[in-house]
Amino acid sequence: MPSIRELAKRESRFVSGHRLCAGCGAGIVMRLVLLAIDKPVIASCSTGCVEVASTIFPYSSWKVPWIHSAFENSASTISGIEAAYNVFKREGKIEKEIVFVGFGGDGGTHDIGFQALSGAAERGHNVLYICYNNQAYMNTGIQRSGATPKYAHTTTSPVGKVIPGKIQWQKNLVEIMVAHGIPYAATSIPGRWNDLVNKVEKAIKINGFKYIEVLSPCRLGWPHEPELTMEISRLAVETCLWPLYEVFEGKYKLTYKPKEKKPISEWFKLQGRFRHLLLPQNTQLLEEIQKEIDRRWENLLRKCEEI
Amino acid sequence: MGIKVAKTGNEAFAEGMRQINPDVVAAYPITPQTEIVQIFSQFVADGLVKTEFIQVESEHSAMSACIGASAAGARAMTGTSSQGLAYMWEMLYIASGLRLPIIMAVVNRALSSPINIHCDHSDTFGARDSGWIQIYSENVQETYDNLIQGVRIAEHPDVRLPCMIMTDGFILSHCLETMEMLTDQEVQEFIGKPPERENLIKSAIEGNPITIGALDLQDYYFEHKRQQAEGMKNALKVIPLIGKEFGEKFGRYYSFVENYMIEDADIGIVVIGSTAGTGKEVVDNLRKKGIKAGLLKIRVLRPLPVEEIRDSLKNLKVVGIMDRVEGMNAFCGPLYSEIATCLYDLEKKPILTDFVYGLGGRDVKIEDIETIFNDLLKILEKGKKEFTLKYIGVRE
Repeated sequence: MPSIRELAKRESRFVSGHRLCAGCGAGIVMRLVLLAIDKPVIASCSTGCVEVASTIFPYSSWKVPWIHSAFENSASTISGIEAAYNVFKREGKIEKEIVFVGFGGDGGTHDIGFQALSGAAERGHNVLYICYNNQAYMNTGIQRSGATPKYAHTTTSPVGKVIPGKIQWQKNLVEIMVAHGIPYAATSIPGRWNDLVNKVEKAIKINGFKYIEVLSPCRLGWPHEPELTMEISRLAVETCLWPLYEVFEGKYKLTYKPKEKKPISEWFKLQGRFRHLLLPQNTQLLEEIQKEIDRRWENLLRKCEEI
Repeated sequence: MGIKVAKTGNEAFAEGMRQINPDVVAAYPITPQTEIVQIFSQFVADGLVKTEFIQVESEHSAMSACIGASAAGARAMTGTSSQGLAYMWEMLYIASGLRLPIIMAVVNRALSSPINIHCDHSDTFGARDSGWIQIYSENVQETYDNLIQGVRIAEHPDVRLPCMIMTDGFILSHCLETMEMLTDQEVQEFIGKPPERENLIKSAIEGNPITIGALDLQDYYFEHKRQQAEGMKNALKVIPLIGKEFGEKFGRYYSFVENYMIEDADIGIVVIGSTAGTGKEVVDNLRKKGIKAGLLKIRVLRPLPVEEIRDSLKNLKVVGIMDRVEGMNAFCGPLYSEIATCLYDLEKKPILTDFVYGLGGRDVKIEDIETIFNDLLKILEKGKKEFTLKYIGVRE
């Protein structure tokens, strides 16, 4: 793995000038993922924050060949590109190795793009799929998605007098991707550059479909102070809401273990969308969330043979 | 030269695809599925094509994968029908907007609901404004010939638009007809290598990154759509050139429309697809009786060949449009609207009336078309029409 110094010397392939919000996690994710790959890359991207903010014609932040076609089809679009490459390579028209990366937000991956993702994973295309999960439809105005955490306030799951925000648990897509039997699945965050770079480097060496889901703080939708992006992503790990782990050929491995597990309220209090959970009358809801996080964390530790 | 063979429409499509030997095919068997892709799968399994065949999980992904492949520089094809085409809708517009010369074999079948697997044209008529070139076939031979010409039309540098080739569900797709198949070499020579265009793989290899599918706001979207419209306009020039070249090489000439006894006709019908065959039979019978009847077959609906349609119909007195689609506009079928649009600016124009027929595979017989001509004769006698739309062959 390159040192941060070496990484900083590499040419950035997601360049400034884009119009992502100050403090947006997604731009950091794009830049780190591309920095971690020192081969030619072709990327596809679903409709969403990254697409609208990075490619306002005639400008583009992408210094790799890049395509956007629709919201739900980043995985099937990159499938077609990889298939074209395979036939050209087989025919001896090209020799160069190219890395294929599909990007999608949580809406374009967990929800509307899930069918395309599942199909591409089942077919086993040699593709790395990166989901930047900011836990709601942020680009269209903070509507809830299947990845929105329970009791979070969004514009379509607002906190009201009788309903305390989103009433369902978030989908655990990493586990669903593991169940596809793909060779590599992992979680990451922008706040631990070495974790993300390491995982991307590892993934692209593996043949087949690889899935990495990166929790991507959204200062507008969560909302939080823009300077807290990195810290807030690390706190999601420290509270065990977003454990850092990988599953390589079916074997689970915790890639970072918090020294001391912090209560989830620590994460909640930095974000407006959970403000109501910290009110005295909602202690029960907070306890419910904490209990479930504990249960999931223990489950994961068992899978990783940590306990 | 080619050899005479007996093929169904599905087989003709699949054989044509084998001879085109595309780089990528992505397809899905939605209900109703077409046999085209399963025949082609066998060609892949037997190593008869170089194609990367992607067995996608939906028609939406079929078109998405074709878009990815085509944007990567591949010659990409798919086949579908009815609901599958409906499920692709969003991607149809993206394929044409990105100017990707994807070729799609379509078996025309009714749309749900009610669910039905038989022929009508409601599926592709709904897609007529999606920016795809649309070519319809009367028989199995045309199905095959149109597919091969479609590649050249779509890929022409002045056009650069996707192209769908149609055949009638069951009537042609499942019926064995004698046709002349070209040799593999003849097809390869005719289609040639795809003209070079910017693409993702070329861009990756040359280290010259391109961005495809950028956000295009008020300041550029309109210009790009205007360019796309120009591509469709250019198809008006390219289609007859390719049809002529095909004719010179293989003896079967093609253009936008086929005029059948229309030059001196007083009354005539306008049809699309296999019904043209039945219609020609009726015209022959009427001619024997001394009635000046004719038929106009629309081969190309997009681009709309306005000049050719005007030329064909301008001297007729009464014209019946046969619509194998219900337009659901409480007035007329969509082909009627198209033809009426073509004729509106003429000073002298025929009386037009519409006949909706054959929905959901309802058989259209010689007697049905005779009924239509009888109505046209009555209008001719009276000099005016008493209805704009009549349903043929329905129980009411």
